[in-house]
Amino acid sequence: MLSADLSIILPEIILAIYAMLALLGAVYTVKDGAASLLVWATSGLFLAIAVWIGLNGAGTNVAFNGMFVDDGFARFAKIVILVSAAAVLLMSEAYMTRRGLLRFEYPLLIALAVVGMMMMVSAGDLMALYMGLELQSLSLYVVASLRRDSLKSTEAGLKYFVLGALSSGLLLYGTSLVYGYAGTTLFSGIIQTAVHGDLSLGLLFGLVFLISGLAFKVSAVPFHMWTPDVYEGSPTPVTAFFATAPKVAAMGLFARVMHDAFGAAVSDWSQVIALLSVLSMFLGAIAAIGQTDIKRLMAFSSIAHMGYALMGLAAGTAFGVQAMLIYMAIYVTMNVGTFAFILSMSRDGQPVSNIASLNMYSKREPGKALAMLVLLFSLAGVPPLVGFFGKLYVLRAAYEAGLAWLAIAGVIASVIGAFYYLRIVFYMYFGQERDDALDKSRSPVLWGMLMASAIIMVVGVVNLFGIEGAAAAAAATLVN
Amino acid sequence: MDNLLSIVTFLPALAALILLVFLRGEDEAASRNAKWLSLIATSATFLISLFILAQFDSQNTGFQMVEQGEWLLGLQYKMGVDGISVLFVMLTTFMMPLVIAASWDVSHRVKEYMIAFLLLETLMLGVFMALDLVLFYLFFEAGLIPMFLIIGIWGGKNRIYASFKFFLYTFLGSVLMLVAMVGMFADAGTTDIEQLLTHQFGSETFSVLGVHIVGGMQTLLFLAFFASFAVKMPMWPVHTWLPDAHVQAPTAGSVVLAAILLKMGGYGFLRFSLPMFPVGADVLTPLVLWMSAIAIVYTSLVALVQEDMKKLIAYSSVAHMGYVTMGIFAGNQQGIDGAIFQMISHGFISGALFLCVGVIYDRMHTRDIDAYGGLVNRMPAYALIFMLFTMANVGLPGTSGFIGEFLTLMGIFQVNTWIAAVATSGVILSAAYALWLYRRVVMGDLIKESLKTITDMTRRERAIFAPLVIATILFGVYPAPILDTIGPSVEALVTNYQTALAAAETATQVAVNH
Repeated sequence: MLSADLSIILPEIILAIYAMLALLGAVYTVKDGAASLLVWATSGLFLAIAVWIGLNGAGTNVAFNGMFVDDGFARFAKIVILVSAAAVLLMSEAYMTRRGLLRFEYPLLIALAVVGMMMMVSAGDLMALYMGLELQSLSLYVVASLRRDSLKSTEAGLKYFVLGALSSGLLLYGTSLVYGYAGTTLFSGIIQTAVHGDLSLGLLFGLVFLISGLAFKVSAVPFHMWTPDVYEGSPTPVTAFFATAPKVAAMGLFARVMHDAFGAAVSDWSQVIALLSVLSMFLGAIAAIGQTDIKRLMAFSSIAHMGYALMGLAAGTAFGVQAMLIYMAIYVTMNVGTFAFILSMSRDGQPVSNIASLNMYSKREPGKALAMLVLLFSLAGVPPLVGFFGKLYVLRAAYEAGLAWLAIAGVIASVIGAFYYLRIVFYMYFGQERDDALDKSRSPVLWGMLMASAIIMVVGVVNLFGIEGAAAAAAATLVN
Repeated sequence: MDNLLSIVTFLPALAALILLVFLRGEDEAASRNAKWLSLIATSATFLISLFILAQFDSQNTGFQMVEQGEWLLGLQYKMGVDGISVLFVMLTTFMMPLVIAASWDVSHRVKEYMIAFLLLETLMLGVFMALDLVLFYLFFEAGLIPMFLIIGIWGGKNRIYASFKFFLYTFLGSVLMLVAMVGMFADAGTTDIEQLLTHQFGSETFSVLGVHIVGGMQTLLFLAFFASFAVKMPMWPVHTWLPDAHVQAPTAGSVVLAAILLKMGGYGFLRFSLPMFPVGADVLTPLVLWMSAIAIVYTSLVALVQEDMKKLIAYSSVAHMGYVTMGIFAGNQQGIDGAIFQMISHGFISGALFLCVGVIYDRMHTRDIDAYGGLVNRMPAYALIFMLFTMANVGLPGTSGFIGEFLTLMGIFQVNTWIAAVATSGVILSAAYALWLYRRVVMGDLIKESLKTITDMTRRERAIFAPLVIATILFGVYPAPILDTIGPSVEALVTNYQTALAAAETATQVAVNH
């Protein structure tokens, strides 16, 4: 029995053991000298596990009496998490080495965070959920303040920690209420307590607190306050990481809890999530207009994008989950490219994040500017780029679930949001040339990531690389 | 050739890709290569598109040369042309080589400029050929990106404002259409335009938030599409982006905008609004007709007082588009024939007028009407060509402008004489502003010092105008080729529209009687 359980959770175990052994190994030997090697090894391991999960995973397997679920949904989310984490890790190596930030703990903390995320999307029990979430969060609190001598970075770490603790508190309170009224922490047990599609009042309260805690993790309005500060203060590679894998994990967890534990009472939570969605889309779109720092801008952009992903979830249907998964996969791809670009922005070796410094960038580096242009229009959801299809999926999911008002609100917010993406295009292409030009970046990794991401955005219009079928299969295992 | 339409559509994009990947350097030779490659690509597209015209059977009112393939999300890659769209395809392929030739003097970032125009051509052709809702939307919206860049990078002084206004205005208009398309997909279960044309959308009155919506779902869908097409057209009162965009865009950008992009709105009305939502269209027809009539008179009056030549022509475009919407919503054969004719002919005429402005702008770098006068003394050829297109703009019999205006007025007269009366006064006003513009710029004595050395049109410029002159006069004297091509398809459209209205009428009667 135990060996069967262990074989189901083997990828997580391997990753966790790797992280611990590597940590010990590095501490007792060369310390930071091994950092570069560890970055490559960790990303390699991520990719290897992603391939392994993709090729070997089949069917729905439950381990530890339902605490851990390995199904198509979890595997889809895990692959997206692992691949994006590997990409971001690779991108950060050159940046951090140059600025003396690269410590051997960094890749290992990321590895532990990824273990937490994989646990999150596979959680079948409120306790497993909490453990995964905290493993992820604690690792991220530390990497946020990686730059110890920077006021902003330590502030970011502290803010993230304090607000994260608050949200964990909310989540735990919700968990205890749910446990009290349902008598079990297993999702499969909770779902049976709904009578005629309705939850008891106590469960409803628990649900609301759970949603609040989860909304904090996906940074949905009104639980978004930490996002801009943490994004701005953290070292840019860490910001890139925040914007990608943890978001997928949190959205995956969100969908998992809503459908596995409360799937019998869709109408009870769909309205709450629709509200979170519409608020996030509008706040993300409007608040980003005034930003001059590209990292803060991306923070608001990610809030808006989470709003769209939540729109798919709010539909409460299998198609909605499929739309959400596709949206997240596309979102992560765009963000990897965008952050590859942001990481390459520097002047005299110092990182720059002011948008105005991009003035007439297209003149000096036409190729990169063009790739960024593609990504920006894709982020704005303008066809024919792939970002548009993400929006199309969630709009359709919302419309078919009777949330036409949400779809209309979403497209209006996307027009407002288009403005600030266009503003970056404006700086890159329409501005006046100035002499304080940015350095020419020579990092092949960043260049490759940026170009690959942009090309995916254009070529993906043909068939989205077949992701549609995979996401549909994944969604079907979650919602039935 | 089974995929003739795809070849025509994507040939310019292929040329753009070649430019993007293989053309290096910023020097003289590189820009010359970029220009020649673009000219060759657009000309080849035109020549190949002649095969479309040759294969086209105007008696067949269905879609022809259809290509179909699976796409994602149950969507399809489906292209085809019918009598309504085929001429717009031809107009696009015909205008683009002229547009490229008119940009021969561009010296700033030539490669990107040519790429933007080539991509734009692909997207415009796609709009007129797409037979899938989302595919249509994709081409329709994607055109914003190159146009945004064309205005923003190569535009005039106030280009930033104009480009943002252009993008956001039209984007806002069309996202509502996207929601409507999602709704149509959910309702009909398909995005195939051919099947949607036969699908009946609900027209029972229902109420939303206490407001009774006559015509039900059809009215809502119509309004969502209307938001997009009215902005694109543009119709009064959502036309204000157009003068800004026109004034700031480079000459070639203005030509494309006036000659082709504006026609997408009219095409959309004919492809979607009338045939798919007949009841909704019928409910809102009075509104649309009065908006058109106001547009014709109001924007003509506004054109009268303009100081900037491009702005004047832009307002005159809005007025002429008023005839188009009026003709379309007259809902009869003459009106719709006239509307399509007017769109094609306006493509030649307004394109040529913007080129006329471009000719003197290239020499004097100003568009102020006051800066000119007496050009006829030094530029006789220019004066002649400008006069021809001024007359065509006025709608003088013998030019193609006359046929379109006359047919639309005839169509509307059968439906609503009051609107016909108001709209006809626009003909006089257009004569007033156009002739006055001509008098101030071309006639009189040449007294301005700066104009003393101005030179007449070069051979290249004359070559660009030649096809436009021929087309304007040919179709003015002998409109049959156009009317015969569109006739059967328009007739089918009108019949279906009237039948659907009658059926809805009966259904309402039955419902009332029960």
